[in-house]
Amino acid sequence: MKKLILTTVAALMATGPALADLVFPSLSYRTGPFAAGGIPFADGYADYFTLLNERDGGIGGVSTRVIECETAYNTEKGVECYEATKGEGALVYQPLSTGITYQLIPKASADGIPVHSMGYGRTSATNGKVFEWVFNYPTHYWNGASIAVKHILDVNGGDINGKKITLLYFNGAYGKEPIPTLEALSEKHGFMFDTIAIDFPGQEQKSQWLQIRRDKPDYILFWGWGVMNQVAVQEAANIRFPMENFIGIWWSGAEHDVLPAGAGANGYKSLQFHNVGSDFPVFDDIQKFVVDAGKAAGEGNQIGTVLYNRGVYAAMLAAEAARTAQEIHGATEITAAMMRDGMESLKMTAERMAELGLPNFGPTFQVTCENHGGEGLGAVAQWDASAQEWSLVTDFIAPDEDVILPLIEADSMAYAAENNIEMRCN
Amino acid sequence: MFYREAGDFKISYVADNQTFPIAFDRYRYYAILVVGFLVLPFWVDDYLVNAILAPFFIYAIAAIGLNILTGYCGQVSLGTGGFMAVGAYSCYKLMTGFPDVSIVLHIILAGGITAVVGTVFGLPSLRIKGFYLAVATLAAQFFLVWLFNRVSWFYNYSASGQINAPERTVFNVPVTGPNVEPWAMYLICLFFAFFSAVIARNLTRGTLGRTWMAIRDMDIAAEIIGVNPLRAKLTAFAISSFFVGISGALFFAVYLGAAEAGDSFGIQKSFIVLFMIIIGGLGSIFGSFAGAALLVVLPVFLKLIGVDLFGWPTDLVAHIQLVIVGLLIILFLVLEPHGLAQLWRIAKEKLRLWPFPH
Repeated sequence: MKKLILTTVAALMATGPALADLVFPSLSYRTGPFAAGGIPFADGYADYFTLLNERDGGIGGVSTRVIECETAYNTEKGVECYEATKGEGALVYQPLSTGITYQLIPKASADGIPVHSMGYGRTSATNGKVFEWVFNYPTHYWNGASIAVKHILDVNGGDINGKKITLLYFNGAYGKEPIPTLEALSEKHGFMFDTIAIDFPGQEQKSQWLQIRRDKPDYILFWGWGVMNQVAVQEAANIRFPMENFIGIWWSGAEHDVLPAGAGANGYKSLQFHNVGSDFPVFDDIQKFVVDAGKAAGEGNQIGTVLYNRGVYAAMLAAEAARTAQEIHGATEITAAMMRDGMESLKMTAERMAELGLPNFGPTFQVTCENHGGEGLGAVAQWDASAQEWSLVTDFIAPDEDVILPLIEADSMAYAAENNIEMRCN
Repeated sequence: MFYREAGDFKISYVADNQTFPIAFDRYRYYAILVVGFLVLPFWVDDYLVNAILAPFFIYAIAAIGLNILTGYCGQVSLGTGGFMAVGAYSCYKLMTGFPDVSIVLHIILAGGITAVVGTVFGLPSLRIKGFYLAVATLAAQFFLVWLFNRVSWFYNYSASGQINAPERTVFNVPVTGPNVEPWAMYLICLFFAFFSAVIARNLTRGTLGRTWMAIRDMDIAAEIIGVNPLRAKLTAFAISSFFVGISGALFFAVYLGAAEAGDSFGIQKSFIVLFMIIIGGLGSIFGSFAGAALLVVLPVFLKLIGVDLFGWPTDLVAHIQLVIVGLLIILFLVLEPHGLAQLWRIAKEKLRLWPFPH
């Protein structure tokens, strides 16, 4: 309560003229069925920018400002948040919702504000020739599907002919995204492919798991989010499904997803496009400059969890893109259009990540005019229930471009034809 | 003093039966129309239209639709979200299937298709009543959302199951798609809301409305005096679904631009429209607007106060909003079951007597 009064007083007194700063809106969700995932991500996103302000005085000497707007994963509130924040000089939107991303793609493209859907959103937006304002580096769902299948191939010595793989997915845009890729991969590798949908919000999955018991798939791929992750992991433990054959996408692999199932969750795997754990120098800085100074966005207790790390990673990529934009244009105060140029020339090297206090945190990648998705590398992490921690069990694996590129080409060209978009990057 | 019937002589039946018999009321109504159609379009900006006005008009149309069914005909429905989805998906199929036909026609046709679907799902109302009917319409809600998720023909086989509204114009001004000017979006929503309200108001004043109200007040008595319950209930379902379908089509094509059945037209949508007519007033067209205004504006207002002015955490404000909406519903049900419309009626009675109440 005391903190509430203090913020109220501070906010009422701070109604002076707005200083020039770099605005990063955070369309977060701290309420609703997906809050468990939304809170650590939003905390990490805000804390990294606070760290930049406190430690470095912002980006290139210009301070950053995060405007948080609650969407509750609801597309209508997402639109309201977008309209409310775009006038503040927003540089980039990261809505953390595939539904909201679909909504913002045409709007933001018309308004000239970049959208960065990191590991979610419309997969074919990776084709920069069609989607000028949309980015989804370092990777996307179709890469995720391919990486998961590659991992299964590795485990089986390269032959999965006749194996049965089931996709258990959230019945919405997010969950449906990988289906075309998996169908194409099933033709290529000869595995049997089946899908089972879970309806929003997924607190009740008895019938789906009954079907799994009947079908006895060899592997389950899982595209879930929020409360449905915990339920699915628990149900898998209940039917004694071999956990190492149950592989979630990166949105289905946080601590709070597996902890409720206790020892039963041991061995559950999930994909990751960044490293896990709190063993990175930047987290010491966040602890020192942000949490201990009482400036954390949330409780300050999420540092090192998978989704907090992802929030930090998202903020870091945005900050690096802004820095790149400052270098390209030789200006410290950048606009959304300059930010787009920065994102399009973003290059993440191992040296740069080490400099930022995040050595070996994510894959190295380079964004180009044609390719807005980077190289799309991802790794597999596994849960150790006794140590209660995730750890990467593979290197960053490259997806099967031969299968994915034609699919991306077809989908993005269909979008371009529907909306009369001219090709760029010629 | 100003607000009274006395002295305002009517010399024809038409004048005697008009919607606003009091001169002051009538001029106020014209003034609102002039401001709405001629002043606001020049003044609105992106935020005002996208956050407040467009959802207000669209929800008001949905509330008018549900009010005809629930408020006037007494048939409780929890299928509003599903029927909005029918409107949205039929509008999408029409837009992509016949790109050369005017979007206005598509929206009206989408309403027509929804009316047919609504009539089919209204058939059980001839046998079951009250809670049981509510459950039957709930089945419609879940079935329709499942259908639009399951059958990929409805979303033109797109990979994600999302439907996206392509750009369509009225008089060469885009009204759907990303390049819509705020005033164009405002005007098309206002246009549909205005005509829906006028049509609904006049329907409820005529024979059809009277048969609905007779069924609502006591269906057996109505049947004895010669009201055909089959006709009354099915027309209520058809006309209610027509408006709900139009609002669904506008919601998808004009307001959101992209939609997905489970996310945009889930059970929450049915409940929020039901809350609108409960808070606004059952059996009142004005109440539909008042309820929609309250539930659309309240969250935005609380957000502006809590987050932007006081700097409170966003989740706290979201929770406060839930508490306030819940409290409002309880308070209205206990203290004023006829909603905001009844408060407005009482205010008008007092105005008639003011300033000499005795």
